[in-house]
Amino acid sequence: MADQIPLSMTVNGQTRRGLGEARLTLADFLREQAHCTGVHLGCEHGVCGSCTVLMDGEAVRSCLLFAVQADGAGITTVEGLAPDDETLHPVQEAFRDCHGLQCGFCTPGFVVSVAAFLEANPDPSDEEIRHGISGNLCRCTGYQGIVAATRQAAAVMKGSGQS
Amino acid sequence: MSQTAAAARYVGQSVKRLEDPRLVTGHGRYVDDIVLPGMLHAAFGRSDLARATITRLDTSAAEALDGVHAVYTGADLNSYNDSLRASLHPPESPAPPANMLADGDVRFVGDPYVMVVAQSRYIAEDALDLVEVEFEPLDPVVDYETAAESDHHVHPELGGNLAHDLPVPNPATDEAFANAAYTITETWHQHRQTNVPMETRGIVASWQPHAGVMEVWASTQSPHELQLVGARVLGIGEHKMVVHFGDVGGGFGQKMFLGREDMAVLVVAKLLGSPVKWIEDRRENLLASNHARIEQMTVKMAVGEDGSFLAADLDQLEDDGAYPLGGPATPGAMATMLYPGPYRMGPVSWRARTVYTNTCGRGAYRGPWQMESVAREQMIDRVAREIGMDPLELRRRNVLTPDDLPYQVSTGLLYETTISPKQTLEQAAEMIGYDEFRAEQAQAREEGRYLGLGMALYIEPTSMGMGPLGTESAMLRVEVDGHVNVFMGTGSHGQSLETTMAQLVADELGVRPEDVTLHQGHGSGYGFGTGGSRSAVIAGSAARAAASGVREKVVAIAAHLMEASADDLEVGDGVISVKGTPAASMTMAQVAATAYQNSDALPPGTEAGLEHTARYKAPPTTHSNACHICTCELDPGTGKITLLRYVVSEDCGVLINPMVVDGQIAGGVVQGIGGVLYEHAVYDASGNPLASTFLDYLVPTAAEVPELECGHVVVPSDTPGGHKGTGEGGAIGAPPAVFNAVADALAPFGAYPNRQPLDPNAVLSLIASASDE
Repeated sequence: MADQIPLSMTVNGQTRRGLGEARLTLADFLREQAHCTGVHLGCEHGVCGSCTVLMDGEAVRSCLLFAVQADGAGITTVEGLAPDDETLHPVQEAFRDCHGLQCGFCTPGFVVSVAAFLEANPDPSDEEIRHGISGNLCRCTGYQGIVAATRQAAAVMKGSGQS
Repeated sequence: MSQTAAAARYVGQSVKRLEDPRLVTGHGRYVDDIVLPGMLHAAFGRSDLARATITRLDTSAAEALDGVHAVYTGADLNSYNDSLRASLHPPESPAPPANMLADGDVRFVGDPYVMVVAQSRYIAEDALDLVEVEFEPLDPVVDYETAAESDHHVHPELGGNLAHDLPVPNPATDEAFANAAYTITETWHQHRQTNVPMETRGIVASWQPHAGVMEVWASTQSPHELQLVGARVLGIGEHKMVVHFGDVGGGFGQKMFLGREDMAVLVVAKLLGSPVKWIEDRRENLLASNHARIEQMTVKMAVGEDGSFLAADLDQLEDDGAYPLGGPATPGAMATMLYPGPYRMGPVSWRARTVYTNTCGRGAYRGPWQMESVAREQMIDRVAREIGMDPLELRRRNVLTPDDLPYQVSTGLLYETTISPKQTLEQAAEMIGYDEFRAEQAQAREEGRYLGLGMALYIEPTSMGMGPLGTESAMLRVEVDGHVNVFMGTGSHGQSLETTMAQLVADELGVRPEDVTLHQGHGSGYGFGTGGSRSAVIAGSAARAAASGVREKVVAIAAHLMEASADDLEVGDGVISVKGTPAASMTMAQVAATAYQNSDALPPGTEAGLEHTARYKAPPTTHSNACHICTCELDPGTGKITLLRYVVSEDCGVLINPMVVDGQIAGGVVQGIGGVLYEHAVYDASGNPLASTFLDYLVPTAAEVPELECGHVVVPSDTPGGHKGTGEGGAIGAPPAVFNAVADALAPFGAYPNRQPLDPNAVLSLIASASDE
């Protein structure tokens, strides 16, 4: 079997160490060695966005990165956004309020993407929202609730100075 | 409904979903999240040729790779194939050979011919590269229009490519055509699309020797279909087949039935004695799960001078592919039978055929027979254009009104009095501002801009009450602390049943929705699962009945304990109180504790415990209806279509959760938009699929879809809650509405589209060929 490379990264604030072949994807490392099963694989070719995570604050597709490329990096997955077990992040709250999800499979990627998008653009127009989330695919909602949720989250985060 | 039923407190409210906290935080549990000790991973080797003989297959190098546990070919697995059929599919009806793996020859690109089971998915895929295989290519059958006449047979065992041919002549149409002012004919084509659930298919199977138990986790819409068919394939009893139901990432029909791969995993898990996981990748999902909508209908309509529809003659042809998912079915027969839709149509004659081709098998996709609405609504716009009448006016002249109901359709359907096509037509026309748009459109054309409006009106048979589809059950138990567990045969995969069923139970039993947990899969009673727009009516009625049964007992016990009359009690939010005297009350928890732990205190003759099971049998059909209208702008320079507005007026009876209903409609509408404008699972003439990634198979994004406006007409159905099914409707109404809008925008060019997709190339070539004439 191929050589196992030691890996270490900070995932949702905790140091996670593991071993993997050079070809191990970041998505598979996060799912299988860091227990972040909220990282979902919808296409494994970088289009659907379900596997989106933040790497040192930037939204990336974890299916298109090898785990070794993230060695030493700080990773935030959807599991790392809510402040505690009883409270949702404003983006998560907005997705719930606005019915921005049905089956929930694409949702982690959308939530992470929208959080990053609002970080970069705290006061987006509707057109900017639609463009900003067009890198993620959802097959259930027709995007109606997702656009509305992004609007709500923008307003809430702006109001609370979170963004 | 019991006499003491509470007033609707939660039904009708947009209650926030109980599913969401876990799903928005990444704590859902989908099949790929299941990890078992010693679990192995399966991968399938698939044909790159549409039709070929396997001349050599050597798996020795693959077997020798470190980490590989086993390699299987058709010869190893296909002896289990006697039982490989869906429970909707009668055993005596003709079907392709029911093999899990191709054996001797391959019949479409994606046909699995070898299966590797290894320590990891990475190693399993490495091993597939080491499988040595040689093929002798054969001429494939790709074009379904000529498949029936081809000398090449997709399934040599069947002796031909015609799967079904159902002619239903009706001599009464002859007279109508003879007397018609207009006879108009067109062939309407849909094109190959696929469901694309964001979670692909997947299954984990774990065999327990000596116990004889197969334990399964799967991405399924129908845990009981998996239990029933899986047990049959394995030769075990259903009591030994344990199907766990977790979160399921969409299906749209694709996960109603077991695929060949699912069955292979079940068999292999038993042969190996180790748990086996298979997670389909996206390429497999796009090429080898199921395709749909590969069909055409030739429609001949007889129309009177005043625009009245006098008769129709229909000829439907559909591509079943090689291995239709769930077995060969006859949606074409449904499509033709349903063609009259919401109109007085006169006599109808029809013929419906399906053929096999060397392509991915057909499967159910949200509104599997929506060709009836596609062909009819596109035909009505064509008729309007031919006879020079406004398409809304033509529909108004023919639409069924409340005075027409109940209505016996010439094709055998019976519409109940609770449909409302006329009302939804008028509501949608008002929402879009029909006359104002026509004025704006005329003005725009003077300015060289091309706007279009399309509408589609339909009636959908939902919640069908026959055969395996006919019933659902609910086993409801109030636990000792007063919280409620309800076990149901559904398979919610986005439909929000954990919330909507809890709303129904909450009102009927008198608790809060958050006090109710829905359990699906293992432990529930038989049901066909979630699909066919059936859960609200059929499962919902079972949930109501189960809750009602428990409520009667709760009230009887509370009356006894409080020394009050049962008639004087009311129940709400987990508190049983004397009407008008809220201080005199006790909690559900107190009643439950008495029922289980102090049963000597129960009224004499009362059985201990607080549980009830109910099974609901649905009427043959509960029809819902809707009208979709959308507007678009066509750019004649690029051929690009931009949707401007999209309105839906629908009647799904009593809404359990309006937010959820609007969400179901929106999802279906956008699938319809994608189907007409973007998505195409296209093959070349050699049977090579050209859309194997999301860069080629274009699912709509947020940037392509307009804001949806929903209106509701509420005519309660005669079923217990007054609901009607609504899951599929969006995907039924949207394709013809979008198509008609584009056709309307193309009308000034003299172009007559009759096929999809209407992508920019198609639009430009329609304009070009019209101007050549």
